[in-house]
Amino acid sequence: MATLTEAPPPLTPTAPEKKPPRKRGRLVPYWLLLPGILWLLVFFALPMIYQASTSVQTGSLEEGYKVTWHFATYWDALSEYYPQFLRSVLYAGSATILCLILGYPLAYLIAFRAGRWKNLIMILVIAPFFTSFLIRTLAWKTILADGGPVVGALNTLHVLDVTSWLGMTSGDRVLATPLAVVCGLTYNFLPFMVLPLYTSLERIDGRLHEAAGDLYAKPITTFRKVTFPLSMPGVVSGTLLTFIPAAGDYVNADLLGSTDTRMVGNVIQTQFLRILDYPTAAALSFILMAAILVMVTVYIRRSGTEDLV
Amino acid sequence: MTNDTSGDVRLSGISKTYGSFTAVHPLDLTVPQGSFFALLGASGCGKTTTLRMIAGLEEPSSGTVHLGEQDVTALPPYKRPVNTVFQSYALFPHLDIFENVAFGLRRRGIKSVKKQVEDMLDLVQLGEQARKKPHQLSGGQQQRVAVARALINHPKVLLLDEPLGALDLKLRRQMQLELKRIQTEVGITFVHVTHDQEEAMTMADTVAVMNAGRVEQLGSPTDLYENPRTTFVANFLGTSNFIEAEVDSKSGDDIVLKAGGGKLVLPEARCSAPTATGGKVLVGVRPEKISLTPADDAGDIPEGRNRITGKIADSSFIGVSTQYVVDSPVCSEFEVYAQNIDRDARLVPGAEVVLHWNPAHTFGLDAAQSLLAGTTGSAGIQEEAAV
Repeated sequence: MATLTEAPPPLTPTAPEKKPPRKRGRLVPYWLLLPGILWLLVFFALPMIYQASTSVQTGSLEEGYKVTWHFATYWDALSEYYPQFLRSVLYAGSATILCLILGYPLAYLIAFRAGRWKNLIMILVIAPFFTSFLIRTLAWKTILADGGPVVGALNTLHVLDVTSWLGMTSGDRVLATPLAVVCGLTYNFLPFMVLPLYTSLERIDGRLHEAAGDLYAKPITTFRKVTFPLSMPGVVSGTLLTFIPAAGDYVNADLLGSTDTRMVGNVIQTQFLRILDYPTAAALSFILMAAILVMVTVYIRRSGTEDLV
Repeated sequence: MTNDTSGDVRLSGISKTYGSFTAVHPLDLTVPQGSFFALLGASGCGKTTTLRMIAGLEEPSSGTVHLGEQDVTALPPYKRPVNTVFQSYALFPHLDIFENVAFGLRRRGIKSVKKQVEDMLDLVQLGEQARKKPHQLSGGQQQRVAVARALINHPKVLLLDEPLGALDLKLRRQMQLELKRIQTEVGITFVHVTHDQEEAMTMADTVAVMNAGRVEQLGSPTDLYENPRTTFVANFLGTSNFIEAEVDSKSGDDIVLKAGGGKLVLPEARCSAPTATGGKVLVGVRPEKISLTPADDAGDIPEGRNRITGKIADSSFIGVSTQYVVDSPVCSEFEVYAQNIDRDARLVPGAEVVLHWNPAHTFGLDAAQSLLAGTTGSAGIQEEAAV
């Protein structure tokens, strides 16, 4: 305890004490980032650089590859495999739209109407993840098997006539057609759509629905003018989480499709693992990455989600 | 007020139960066209549920809701000619202020909304903010947007669900006067739900005090304050002192009561309890009606006033007034608010005093109820009463 008679401490500290106090907390953010940055450096940045250099190499497997800055590989790869690129975008896009159509009502139900069933339905949405991706896709092979009950039912209902006419199936088969690949993609990526949609719907204040109703909006108008615009962040992240991996996927096209349904992922896989044409495979990977980046950027700009709360 | 009844709100036998819990007991209530009506009560008393049943956001378990001559009980909210100012406003976060206010007009298919919206924003002094998003505005501004958004539709009835709850005290006072001004200007029926007794009294023509799903008492603010009929109302609206007394005799329009050896006079018209001789009555008096005189000067007190002796236990200086707690044989904590006009230096804790008041300010209540009913209301109420 200081007494009143004590002399006040000098206001200006003496020279050696003038060193600015060390801000102990200043480095903490960097320390926290370190493990992640190291991980990304070793397992993302370095392989990327390696792949980039591979893509501009020439040579053969026997003589070895050398960096010759052969950018023509990109052009050759694109001009040879553009149908697979377009197919990837088309299939992934269709699967994304299907996921949105199937996932939105489901997410809406879980967020607003499920009551005590909420957790159970959530578990059911996530449950397929307990089985491997491969097994699940193989299961679809059985489901869509020729002459199986699903194909039989679709045939009886003349659904296959319509999809045949649209060029999505051929004859009375579903397996080995574009429809099978899109179905597989939709099934495998549906949870990636439902979860972000649910999160953003669940965050909407229920009183906003009441307020809209109070201001003469019919339920459908409330959805159109309030609920849907407010769920846009979920729609955007859900479509991205579905579209991006679906565009690069090759398992569905491999297991459920045919040679006519090859996507760019299949081409890359074949080039890397069977033909062993590493430069072409690397170039294709970079083209796919760039294409997705451009599409995603345009999409996010267009949807204007940064303006949303 | 006019004879037009199209804006009347008529609730007949309306009730709401959730499972075994009754939020609102069967209730009959008529709010006349053009009046400012307040539903006052502590949280959970059923006032908001009642409001939501008028809005159509809650379906009554029994009874009917009429707006004017129209039975709207079965109508969904979007078909009812009422609008609500929600608690914490519920403004649409993705729309700017202009579009928030225009929402109701657009939904009714009105194309040229610009003029109306601008006029309405000017009325609530937010013309400059039209293109901002709700989260860019302060609480008071958001509150005015919420009012504008509802009022622009010219509803027959405007429902306000604790609209000022989120504002600080000073802004709340200002908005109370503002809302009252708007109501007088537009002449729409306002039904206002609040737990703040001062807010209800400042704004409303008629106040219904609700407690545990029932309307405890209904009347003008003055009537409720001066003539509470239950201890709940007496305690919920301001502060009351109670003395347990026994009916002694009647003289003219007055009842004479015995309490702690002394006699108190109570006008019969102000007594809501049975007044048979020998019956118990709770005698109530408001703290500001009482005068304090030091025991030495007791002779100066005019004849005909009710008087009680006691000893000052505590005093606190509030500025405009001084609040005394007086320990008296008939009531251990007698509260007295004295205006600070001429402060008597002898009125300090420990001083012997005589409390006296005009018998006309006395009210009588049924002794068979809890003295403490209504005192456990929100802390805010206690604070407000002390100012």
